[in-house]
Amino acid sequence: MPEGEREGKQVASETGIGAAVKRKEDARFITGAGRYTDDVHVAGQTWAVFARSPHARARIEGLDTSAARAVPGVVAVFTGADLKADGIGDLPCGWLVKSKDGSDMVQPPHPPLAVDRVNYVGEPYALVVAESLAAARDGAEAVAADFEPLPAVVDAATAASGDQIHDAAPNNQCYDWELGDRAATDAAFAKAHHVARLDIVNNRLIPNAIEPRAALGEYDAAAGSYTLHTTSQNPHLERLVLAAFVNVAPEARLRVISPDVGGGFGSKIFVYAEETAVIWAAGKVRRPVKWRAERAESFLADAHGRDHATHAELALAADGEFLGLRVRTIANMGAYLSTFASSVPTYLYGTLLAGQYKTPAIHVEVRSVFTNTAPVDAYRGAGRPEATYVVERMVETAARELGMDPADIRRRNFIQPADFPYETPVALTYDIGDYEASLDKALAHADYAGFPARKAASAAAGRKRGIGFSCYIEACGLAPSQVALSLGAGVGLFEAGEVRVDVTGSVTVVTGSHSHGQSHETTFAQIVSDRLGVPFENVTVLHGDTGRSDYALGTYGSRSLAVGGSAIVKALDKIVAKGRKIAAHMLEASEDEVDFADGKFNVTDSNASLTFAEVAFAAYVPSNYPLSELEPGLSEKAFYDPPNFTYPAGTHICEVEVDPETGVVAIERFVAVDDFGHVVNPMIVEGQVHGGLAQGIGQALLEHGVYDDSGQLLSGSYMDYAMPRADDLPSFTVDTTTTPCTHNPLGVKGCGEAGAIGSTAAVMNAVTDALGVPSVAMPATPETVWRAMRNGAPAGNGGSGRK
Amino acid sequence: MHPFTYHRPASLEEASQLLANADDGAYLAGGMTLIPTLKQRLASPSDLIDLAGVPALAGIDTANGTATVGAMTPHAEVAASAAIPALAELAAGIGDPHVRNRGTLGGSVANNDPAADYPAAVVALEATIRTDRRAIPGGEFFTGLFETALAEGEIVTAVEFRVPDAAAYEKFPNPASRYAVVGVMVARSGGAVRVGVTGAGAAAFRVTAFESALAADFSPAALDGIAVDHEDFNSDLHASAEYRGHLVGVLAKRAVARIA
Repeated sequence: MPEGEREGKQVASETGIGAAVKRKEDARFITGAGRYTDDVHVAGQTWAVFARSPHARARIEGLDTSAARAVPGVVAVFTGADLKADGIGDLPCGWLVKSKDGSDMVQPPHPPLAVDRVNYVGEPYALVVAESLAAARDGAEAVAADFEPLPAVVDAATAASGDQIHDAAPNNQCYDWELGDRAATDAAFAKAHHVARLDIVNNRLIPNAIEPRAALGEYDAAAGSYTLHTTSQNPHLERLVLAAFVNVAPEARLRVISPDVGGGFGSKIFVYAEETAVIWAAGKVRRPVKWRAERAESFLADAHGRDHATHAELALAADGEFLGLRVRTIANMGAYLSTFASSVPTYLYGTLLAGQYKTPAIHVEVRSVFTNTAPVDAYRGAGRPEATYVVERMVETAARELGMDPADIRRRNFIQPADFPYETPVALTYDIGDYEASLDKALAHADYAGFPARKAASAAAGRKRGIGFSCYIEACGLAPSQVALSLGAGVGLFEAGEVRVDVTGSVTVVTGSHSHGQSHETTFAQIVSDRLGVPFENVTVLHGDTGRSDYALGTYGSRSLAVGGSAIVKALDKIVAKGRKIAAHMLEASEDEVDFADGKFNVTDSNASLTFAEVAFAAYVPSNYPLSELEPGLSEKAFYDPPNFTYPAGTHICEVEVDPETGVVAIERFVAVDDFGHVVNPMIVEGQVHGGLAQGIGQALLEHGVYDDSGQLLSGSYMDYAMPRADDLPSFTVDTTTTPCTHNPLGVKGCGEAGAIGSTAAVMNAVTDALGVPSVAMPATPETVWRAMRNGAPAGNGGSGRK
Repeated sequence: MHPFTYHRPASLEEASQLLANADDGAYLAGGMTLIPTLKQRLASPSDLIDLAGVPALAGIDTANGTATVGAMTPHAEVAASAAIPALAELAAGIGDPHVRNRGTLGGSVANNDPAADYPAAVVALEATIRTDRRAIPGGEFFTGLFETALAEGEIVTAVEFRVPDAAAYEKFPNPASRYAVVGVMVARSGGAVRVGVTGAGAAAFRVTAFESALAADFSPAALDGIAVDHEDFNSDLHASAEYRGHLVGVLAKRAVARIA
C-alpha cells in the first residue's frame, strides 16, 4: 500500500499551515551532520589562499610571483593580469540607478583580482593554489607586491573633497538620485507650524554569518563543465553572473550548488571575487580548488551594511499632522559597487520613507559615494532599516518638540484601514494593513500606562528610564519584475517552484528559494502537507542547486514564502487540477463532479472517493485512464511573479534603564507586535523575529564597523567588533496581528527582516528619552551615553565608518 | 600555523632543559593567547614546551593567611575554590567556560595582557610570584605593556595571594571581547587597604590615593573628589583614557560598597 494511505486531516492539522512544527533541519544541524561547502571534499582537491592588500589605497608598481611559485606544494599562482588575459570580466553591479539629471550611475571596473590598484584593505590581488592549506598560505605570504601607498578616502560625508579613487568617478560620486515631489515638499514646509530637524547617522555594520564564505570549484575536462559549491543565497544568480558577465563558462556547463549555508543576512547574495577566481582557477589547474574564508577575511572582505549620513526635516501642523518630509542622505558604497549595492540606498530606502503615515509630500535625495573601504551592500533589511530609522527618529523628535505623546502623534498620522490600497508619495502602493491594531497590542504588552511609575521607581534608585517606539513598515518580496526592470534592475524577480509527486504518493518539492537558516524544508513541507493532505514527513524539499531547480532568484528581502511559497502553491494547484482529471476517469465521473479536500478526491453527492496517494499511483501506473487525453505522471512546475511587494508592518516598543554613572544601557522590556499576514509556522516566525531583534539591537547598542583615517579596519575581529549575545538582550515579548496580503495565494508577507528593521529606532528613541537629549550616536556604547549625559548633546563617533 | 616540535615535560628541570636546547622555544600554559597567535602566524617558535604535565604547577593550598595557586591551575578551578571568594569571583568572570577550563593563572600573569583580570588581584592581594628561580613581589612583577620581571626562560610556578579580611572585584567588560576595560579589586586587611586596577593602564597598578582615603574611612563616599590621573591610560575604540579614569573611581566605589 502506498505510504500516503496514512494521510488525513488530522495529520495535516498538526503539521499544516499555522502549526508550530519543529524544524526538520534541526536534527542534522544540532548533531553536526549538516553538509556545508567546507564539508565537501573531493579527490585531488587543492587549496586556495588569497594575497590581500594591506593598504586602503595603493598603486601596484610591481607583482613578483616567482618566490610564491617556488614554495613547496604550490601548484599555481594567479594575478589579476592572468584573469584579464584569459577574458575574465569585471564583477558587475546588478541594478543600474540613474542620477536625477538622467545620467547613469558610475560603475567603476571591479576586477576579481586587483590589477594595478588596490582600493581597500583586504582586496585580493593574487590567488595561490597549493597542495595543502599551509602551502597555500606560505605561497600567499611569498607573493611580492610593490605597493605605492596613496592617501585614502574613508569618510563618506567628506568623500567628495577627497582624492579621486576611480578615474570614472569625479568627486567620488556614484550617483545623485532623488525621489518624490520637491516642489510639493517645499510648499508643505512653507506652511508648516513646526519643523523638526535631525542629523542621523546609520552606523556601518559587518554581517558576521556564523559560517564564513567558502567555495569549491571543480572542472570536468571530459565534459568541459564546471561545478561550483559555494555559500550563496542565490545560486542561479551566481551562475548567471559567472556565465554571462564574467565569462567563466557557458551557463549550461556551469552548475552552482549552495548546500547547507550557515547564515547570510544578505552578505551571501552577492557574487564575490573569491568564488569567481576559484572556479576559474579550477579550470586552469584542472583540479578541484577549495577556498574557505578565515574570520579575519570575513571582516575585511564580506560586503558591509548600512553606513548612511542623513539630514532629515519633518514639517508639521500645530496639531501634529505630518505635512512634509525632506531627507538628504549620503550613502557609502565602499570601494566598488557590490552586486546590488546601488539599489539599497535608493529603491529599498527612499521608497520606504512614508512609513506607516499619510505624509502627503516627501522628497529624498541620495548621493552615493566611493570610499577606500570594503564594498557596502544589502544587510538584513537593506535600506528599510535605514528608512525606518530616519522616519521613526523624526516622528519621536517631533512628538517631543510638540509636547505630544509619541503614541498619539503616530495615531494622528497613521494610514487608516479604509485608505488601502494606499499610494504613497514615494512610489509604493501599500495593499493592506492595520497599524493601530499593532500599536494598541504593543502598548498593552508594554504596559505603557505603567511606564511613569516605573520611571519614577528608577529615578528613586538613581537610574534613568526611557521608552521608545518604532512603527515600522517594510516592503518584502521585491516586485513586480516589469516594474523593477524598468527601474534598472538587471534580473527578474519571480520565483520557481516544482512539485514532483512520487509513485507512492510522497512528494519532492524543488524550490529556487534558498534556506540559510529560514527553515524552508519545514515551512514548505507544511504547505504541501496542508494542501495535498500528504504526511509532513513524506515531503522533501530540495533547494540550492542550479542542476535541480529551474532558473530562480534565491532568498533575500524576506521573499521566500511570499514569492517562493506562492510558486509552490501554483504548482500544487496544477497537481490538484491534474489529480482531479485522473480521479474523474478512475471514478467514472465528470471532472466537474470531482472535488479535492482533506487529501481525498471525492465525487460530489456520492461516497466515491480516492486518496491522493491512490491517484498518484494511478498517474504513474496508468492502467485505467486514456493516455491519449492525459499524460502519465504527476509533476508540475510554476513560476510566480508577484504583482506587488508585500508590506509587513508593526510596532516595536523598547524600555531601557541607563546607569548614570557608567552610561550602560540595559534593555528592560522589548515588545514586538508584527503583522506578517498569515503565518505558516508561528514558532519559526518567532525565531526569525528574535534573530532580527538581536541584530537591530546590536546595531543600536553594540556593533560598529570602524576604519581609522588611513583606512585600516579597527573592528576587524571579535575582540573589537561587539556582536550581541544572549546576556545583552532581554526576554522578548513577541506577538502578531493579521491583515492577510491581498495579492498572493497564501496571504503571507515575510518575516525575516522585520526584527532588524523595526527595533533599532525603538532602542534609540528609548535611550534618548531616558537621557532627555535629542540624539545619541549609534552604537550607544557606555562611553557615548556617558558623554551624552555630561554634555546633553550628541556624542560618540557615529557612523560613516570612521573613528 | 607554522610547524613546531611539541614537548610535554614532566618536571620543571626538564622543561628548562628543553627550552635551553631549542632554537627558539616557547612555554605553553593554557595557550589562550599563544595558540591564536600561532594560528595567525604572528609567532613561529621552533619548539612548544607544554607545562601541563608538570605536577608541581597544579593545585591550590591555603596556609598561614596565604592562598598559593599553582601556575597551571585553570581559572575554573580558582573560580570553584573557597580560598579567597573575591579571587574566585574574578576568575569566574574571565572569558567563557572554554577559556576558564583551559586558561591558567600562570599563563595570564606571565603574559600580562593589560586587559587581563588577574593582575588586579596580584596587586591588591599583595601577591608574591613564585618562579623556578626566585620569589618576586607582586608590586614589582608587572613592568609594562605585556612586560614582566621574568627573565628569559624563567617559569612562574605559583602565585601566593594574601588572604584579605574582605575584598571585592568590580569589572567593566569590553562588550566585544569581555576582557576588562577596567577592573578594580579593593582588599582590606586589618586597617590596610589595597586598590588594584587593571585595564586602565599599560599594566596593573595601585591607586594609593584611594588606599589612604579608604584606610581613614572605608566607605564609597571617602573616594568622592579624588581624581585619578588618566593621562597615560589606554585609549581605544571602546573607551577613552578619560572614560577609563572615570570608571576607576566608579568601580572602586562599587567594590567598597560591597565590602563595607
